[in-house]
Amino acid sequence: MVPISYYVILSGVLFGLGVIGFVFKRNIITIFMSIELMLNAVNLAFVAFSREFNQLDGLVFVFFVIVVAAAEAAVGLAIAMVIARNRKSLNVEDVDLLKF
Amino acid sequence: MSVAMLVFIACGLFAVLGAVGLILAREPVHSALSLVLVMVALAVLYLLLGAAFIAAIQILVYAGAVMVLFIFVIMLLNAGVEVRTNLSHLARWVGLPLAILFLAEMTYSLFHEYAARTALAAGGAVAGPVPASTEELSMKLFTEYVLPFELTSILILIAILGALVLAKKESA
Repeated sequence: MVPISYYVILSGVLFGLGVIGFVFKRNIITIFMSIELMLNAVNLAFVAFSREFNQLDGLVFVFFVIVVAAAEAAVGLAIAMVIARNRKSLNVEDVDLLKF
Repeated sequence: MSVAMLVFIACGLFAVLGAVGLILAREPVHSALSLVLVMVALAVLYLLLGAAFIAAIQILVYAGAVMVLFIFVIMLLNAGVEVRTNLSHLARWVGLPLAILFLAEMTYSLFHEYAARTALAAGGAVAGPVPASTEELSMKLFTEYVLPFELTSILILIAILGALVLAKKESA
């Protein structure tokens, strides 16, 4: 049996990579993908802890996280489409109307 | 080394490689395919943890629906090679060290805490927890969590409407 700490560390590493992608990427679609990666990392931690403490509530939370992620992807990609249509670019640095 | 450990190492390696590929790829389609690799590897890990239902919806919803949506939008918008920019001075000298510090602190505290815990737990013979059955999970979902469950349907309805309104042509 694999110790839970291994799962949590894998989850932490994936979350960190997601943060790095979120900060460094300039394409709005890959930024969304980094957010999905972070959500997946959190899900892994939820499932691992759920197994460790024999509580099913963690799995229910994972279910809700997946639902919210699907809704977020639908709305987010629609926003990306609108930005691409108005700005003719997917680079987030071209969207600077609210930038100080 | 047990079979479970080997499967964990293989899937963990694939997940991390996929995540690194997501960051390093310059074509958005390559990033998306790397993310699919991460999701499939995570689904195998969920199976290893005994969460069969979560593994199934991970493949169906994430690797299936969400990633198809991503690839569809990438192709619709004809997203090409992305331009890279250099880090700003603030990001290079403040953000990067802080990010590394945070990751190191998190890893250290997790190792420290859980190494102590597992050493403690190994003393008293811990019976392996039973795998979570889909039956129990659905019982919980439809009794204790029935209100949030119904609310998610409203959330999805709003998301559909929002996506439709946003993507609509403004010619009218």
